[in-house]
Amino acid sequence: MTAMRRFLANGWLSAYAFLYVVFLYLPVIFLPIFSVNTAATPKFPLSGFTLKWYEDLPRTPALLDAAWNSLVVGVSAAILSTVLGILAARSITRYRYPGRRAINGLIMAPLVLPEIIVAISLLLVILQLGLSLSLFTVVLGHVLVSIPYSMTVLTAGFEGFDRSLEEASADLGESAFGTFRRVTLPMVAPAIISSLLVCFTISLDEFLIAFFLTGTEATLPIYIWGQLRFASKLPGVLALGTLLLAASFLLMTVAEILRRHAAKRTQNEGGLYA
Amino acid sequence: MPERPRTERTQTERPMIEIKSVTRSYGAFKALDDASLTIKEGEFFSLLGPSGCGKTTLLRMIAGFDNPTSGSISVDGQSMEGIPANRRPTNMVFQSYAIFPHLNVEQNVAYGLKRLKLAGPEEKRRVEEALAQVSLTGLGKRLATELSGGQRQRVALARALVMRPKVLLLDEPLSALDKKLREQMQVELRRLQQAVGITFVLVTHDQYEALAMSDRIAVMFGGRIAQVASPKEIYQRPVNRQVADFLGGMNFVKAEIVEENGASLVVDTLGFGRIKTDKPKAFVRNGGAATLGIRPERLRVLWDNATAKFEVAGKVVERHYFGEITHLIVEIPGLEKPLSVTETNDFGADDIPVGTSIRLAYDPEALVAMAD
Repeated sequence: MTAMRRFLANGWLSAYAFLYVVFLYLPVIFLPIFSVNTAATPKFPLSGFTLKWYEDLPRTPALLDAAWNSLVVGVSAAILSTVLGILAARSITRYRYPGRRAINGLIMAPLVLPEIIVAISLLLVILQLGLSLSLFTVVLGHVLVSIPYSMTVLTAGFEGFDRSLEEASADLGESAFGTFRRVTLPMVAPAIISSLLVCFTISLDEFLIAFFLTGTEATLPIYIWGQLRFASKLPGVLALGTLLLAASFLLMTVAEILRRHAAKRTQNEGGLYA
Repeated sequence: MPERPRTERTQTERPMIEIKSVTRSYGAFKALDDASLTIKEGEFFSLLGPSGCGKTTLLRMIAGFDNPTSGSISVDGQSMEGIPANRRPTNMVFQSYAIFPHLNVEQNVAYGLKRLKLAGPEEKRRVEEALAQVSLTGLGKRLATELSGGQRQRVALARALVMRPKVLLLDEPLSALDKKLREQMQVELRRLQQAVGITFVLVTHDQYEALAMSDRIAVMFGGRIAQVASPKEIYQRPVNRQVADFLGGMNFVKAEIVEENGASLVVDTLGFGRIKTDKPKAFVRNGGAATLGIRPERLRVLWDNATAKFEVAGKVVERHYFGEITHLIVEIPGLEKPLSVTETNDFGADDIPVGTSIRLAYDPEALVAMAD
């Protein structure tokens, strides 16, 4: 009886879980499927297999420019957010001071602020300051939205880090900076690399803020948005989208592996003697 | 009586660490309250006490990880005020060992030497020497994560010793090891200290550890130093009930002071009669009453018709078997609490039935007066 009931319950649960995953990923699956279809319009049945949409991509100068812009913005935003993230994460995990929690909350807040509001506010501030819109202003915007992610990854790396490791280094004659360089940095290196990858990925895919804050130079998402007006360009967009999707997926996977590696290393330290 | 050889070591009368009225307060709470102490060169010194007694605070202040609120600490005649941990002639073995997990054994041991900019072969020689001192020769390439608890502890020791510090500080170094390994390491640590001749300061809450390894012990309670003396002195002549209680079992006997002069006390007890005993240094007379103490193993069961110069009669009310020894609880007429007696099991103390009337032999010198 109970076995039967359990099977039923499990059956329903499995079906629910299956539908859930389908709902999440089915739309994404269409992208690569239609990107290798010979027909210019995305509809079933598929007419044939081709890689010509992919082959056309490098022959589009506007696309190459956008890709280069995205790369520059992504790398700059990743480095800036990670450096700022290291400083903040270090302070929040290592020191106890009044307002520590509040500061942590404020740093994490952009995660839940409506992005369009953030974009408009940033635009207003930048125009008020008399700055002209450029890739630089896009970088600033991307740093703002990336820091919460960078903080999440980095606090995990810094936490559980046995404080006596740094004391041991000082005890053996090393200066504060030397200790940071020889002990702290190597210990949190995986978390730092993971943070760089996450921030780069976020910047690479980000549309709204880039759309508001860029001048004449387009990043990849802006380029894609522009191409959507032309029906004939759709397969190319799908091909580009597939590549972006694959790149994001790859980067996030590597970042997650590194993050777990870092967490395991620091926690192992504490756990062994507990 | 055979003569007991006592190994002569590098221990001198020269003070290595001088702690003068050191207080460390956190708000209203005093982690350390007016502690003064002199630790001699080449001495194996232990700070013993329950958790929260201030022993670790004191050790961390010697290392430079914490600073006194008032008072002064000097090492080898040099005041440590304003000198950060990385410029002090002390090295520490941490309770968690704090082995750098991203470095192998050799790199861990050589960590502090890198700052000294030694020539390659010289550095290598010193690392090898330190590893040999802690019996880790050949494990230099191992990663910290591939070591057992005991091996990690040896790495921590080697990493500190290779710096040739004037003082080696040990923060509960054996507490993470299992009993067998801990006892083995106690012997090894003591042997190592005698071999290198460096002043060792050990923090521990384990009285047996302190007794087994130290030249002298400071017993601490609630931020204050209660007694500083050799292990034997601390065990046999505790200054007060708290110290006596912390270092193993003690039978307390109420006494009436009959006579008090310079160095001795004459007291009357109900169970043991009139006793003449040494007056402890810090003895403060509190009316006419005093407390005497006698360790359970200083009472001996008298078999058959054996007699002793000093004996006391009573009745066994409880018996507890512990393998090599038996604890007997013996009621003595006149004493408000029964006496606890430890007897080795070679004569059959484990077979004495509860309810038996027995006589106990004692040495009046084993009855020591102490403050409450």
